[in-house]
Amino acid sequence: MSELDELYQTLILEHNKSPRNFRASAGATGHAEGRNPLCGDTFEVWVTVDHDVVTDVSFQGQGCAISKASASMMTTAIKGKTVAEAEALFERFHQVVTGRAPITEVDKKEARRALGCLSAFSGVSAFPIRVKCATLAWHALMKAVEDGRQSPSQK
Amino acid sequence: MSSFSSTELELPAPTGMPWDPDRIRRDFPMLRRQVRGKPLVYLDNAATALKPQQVIDSIVEYYTSYSANVARGVHSTSQEATDRYETVRGKVAAFLNVDVGEIVFTAGTTASLNLVAASHGGAVLRAGDEVLVSELEHHSNLVPWQLAAQKAGATVRAIPMLDSGDLDLAWLERELTARTKIVAVCHASNVLGTLIPVAEVCRLAHRAGAAVVVDGAQAVPHLPVDVRALNCDFYAFSAHKLFGPTGLGVLFGREALLADMAPWQGGGGMISSVEIERSTYAPSPARFESGTPPVAEVFGLGGVLDYLTTWDRVAALEHESDLAHYAIDQLRAVPGVRVFGESAHRVGVVAFTLEGVHPHDVGTALDAGGVAVRAGHHCAQPLMRRLGVTATVRASFAPYNTRQEVDALVEGVHRARAVFGQ
Repeated sequence: MSELDELYQTLILEHNKSPRNFRASAGATGHAEGRNPLCGDTFEVWVTVDHDVVTDVSFQGQGCAISKASASMMTTAIKGKTVAEAEALFERFHQVVTGRAPITEVDKKEARRALGCLSAFSGVSAFPIRVKCATLAWHALMKAVEDGRQSPSQK
Repeated sequence: MSSFSSTELELPAPTGMPWDPDRIRRDFPMLRRQVRGKPLVYLDNAATALKPQQVIDSIVEYYTSYSANVARGVHSTSQEATDRYETVRGKVAAFLNVDVGEIVFTAGTTASLNLVAASHGGAVLRAGDEVLVSELEHHSNLVPWQLAAQKAGATVRAIPMLDSGDLDLAWLERELTARTKIVAVCHASNVLGTLIPVAEVCRLAHRAGAAVVVDGAQAVPHLPVDVRALNCDFYAFSAHKLFGPTGLGVLFGREALLADMAPWQGGGGMISSVEIERSTYAPSPARFESGTPPVAEVFGLGGVLDYLTTWDRVAALEHESDLAHYAIDQLRAVPGVRVFGESAHRVGVVAFTLEGVHPHDVGTALDAGGVAVRAGHHCAQPLMRRLGVTATVRASFAPYNTRQEVDALVEGVHRARAVFGQ
């Protein structure tokens, strides 16, 4: 598989074309915007946290295939997870797209298991400039969770 | 896009001399590089141009034989370095056809424009005044004017762009008033490559009493520029887009204007005498060159200007024009490709989008084939909004580029289509 095919895997192309949870969410407990000043891509992320569990997450905005598919797959991956689990998943995801991990074949197998379909983004590490695209929605999600913590009464 | 022979733009007539890019390519060591296992196809010249060996050698020459500070030492090497530094100032003045005292070395086009906005803008702008800025501007010829205008209580307004990509000169003529203190335009657009008829802008602006500030960063690498003939008041460019080193810019300022302008940044080298409470300043251009200047880079720029004398620049311009024509024709033949800008007067900069595929993804597909382009908003967000897009792909040409490299670009766009199933 070429580096390009490795990057744009079928799953990523499919989520880019038909993003999941691509909607605003009126009853969300937290909301944030993620913007990449380099390219102008912008996503809004809404999150609903109930007793520390992410019960709903959605997004809207525009960006490249990597950022859009990443946002879409993020929403499906973290729904039902605790905030701590979502943070841990982002940390693992970040390691994979930056190429800092996994190093060994055993690590790779373990990461695939932990990341599930998110491991489709491992090809990003060959294009370091695209790391920001892959993590844009994730950073917005973390801000949205923080936003929900700071002003729960207004949500 | 038909010709570069328009007399209204004061462009040289084609010489019909042949241009051999393959001979020029040997001068640029970066062109021997491989990217992702393929020869580098460098089509991001508007971001920064590649450097010929001659320029690299002149920078090495400074560090090897003339490493000393300038305008300070009494020792011989400092004097030698200073002499060479000032010789380059003279070469730059000749290059732009202006006087040597009108050339200020800065950190880049951005620094040059910030200097003019803060110092000239700061002195002339009053509450209620207007700065007219073209809709095509790079952020570097827009944001400094916003900062200066906000300080003074003045307003920044856009000179609209016609759908062709040309500037709406009729609007400019109509809207210029006694309140207009500054007109800021690029000489060539960094996105569309459109050439702005600067001489005509100056004629109109001067009639209204406004000064004209020109961002020449995208023009100087492509065509011979006679600043005296353009008759503008300020003209800025960067060495690194002119096949020279990074970190060095040039500001031309009309002598009478520079003489009255307050310093922009204080420090060593720009003073006449200093006391604790106050100082008096050196005459320009020294007044605007505080601190140790980028001496090695100035040596490098000297190398560029010497090197460019070996080029037939009009033939080089014709070659770039041919590449741009060819690229536009080939790209338009690809289904889903939209090329921006219809102006007949443009340099070798081509912006386009591919339907259904984000410019960043096109850029990555091109990179996978060793083709380097820019993808994004090109620091021209108001222009992107005017074009109705958030970003574009941009291929920008230099005289060392070839038709085969345009073919590699088009092949890469086809690859992007295939990957995204368009």
